[in-house]
Amino acid sequence: MACSVAIISKDNSPLYVLAADIEKEIELQYCFHSALDIVEEKSNTANKNPDTRDLFLGLLYATELYKIYGYMTNTKIKFILIVDSLNSAFRENEIRAMFRSIHIEYVNYISNPFIIPNEQIFSKTFDRNIRNICKV
Amino acid sequence: MGDENLFEFLHFELVNYCVNDKRENEQTQSTKISQLEYVGFSTGYRLIERLTREMPRFKDELDTIKFICTDFWSSIFKKQVDNLRTNHQGIYVLQDNTFRFLRQISNTSQYLDLAPAHVVFTCGLIRGTLANLGINAIVTAEIVSMPSCKFHIQVKH
Repeated sequence: MACSVAIISKDNSPLYVLAADIEKEIELQYCFHSALDIVEEKSNTANKNPDTRDLFLGLLYATELYKIYGYMTNTKIKFILIVDSLNSAFRENEIRAMFRSIHIEYVNYISNPFIIPNEQIFSKTFDRNIRNICKV
Repeated sequence: MGDENLFEFLHFELVNYCVNDKRENEQTQSTKISQLEYVGFSTGYRLIERLTREMPRFKDELDTIKFICTDFWSSIFKKQVDNLRTNHQGIYVLQDNTFRFLRQISNTSQYLDLAPAHVVFTCGLIRGTLANLGINAIVTAEIVSMPSCKFHIQVKH
């Protein structure tokens, strides 16, 4: 259902990228890059308004092909989700639930003492679980 | 009640393992202590990801420290910090009157010189937590009389 998922570290380097369609990967990467600026903007102004202290950042922007949603944890790890614009079946609370599941997966992954934080994620279990969540 | 004590036993053994490590004699006392601190650091770094999963984003530094004093402290030590002081310029003092890891040690001055080894894990834990939340800090501990302990957090801007 979802086109692509990316997990971006504190210092904006990609930790994990999952694209449903390998051929579109470059195009999707471009979307992730532009989404990061909006994440920055949204999380900065979040301080002033108590309503926007939610971890879920909502719809970041939309192009004619995709809708891009964002989520940032308290530890500044960003999750970015790209869905097809044509696929109108997605409601915002479904996206929210998806992010929540991704977050749980990430927390479980990082709790592994053999994992070095802020390095690229190569775990097969993690990959499989994320694919299940996003139905890629 | 049993599982509450298990954590204390584990901590005692961890301290014992690190401080009384007889395998390599060239290790000085301070390397052993900093090893223990590092264990705390990486624990805190990972743990905070789980603890803040359901939390809204923190407003500022003070908000983060308040979280450490309440939710964080009670999830690890089953109680909250008794007193928090700050000069609003990056120095915070957290006081716990009956610190969990010192509670089982005699409260006379007999074991006072062994006490630092039992608080250094917690120093690392706080430092790791703050580091992952984007606050670089130096954490030190001060023990005046036995079961009470003060943690000084000095934030580097």
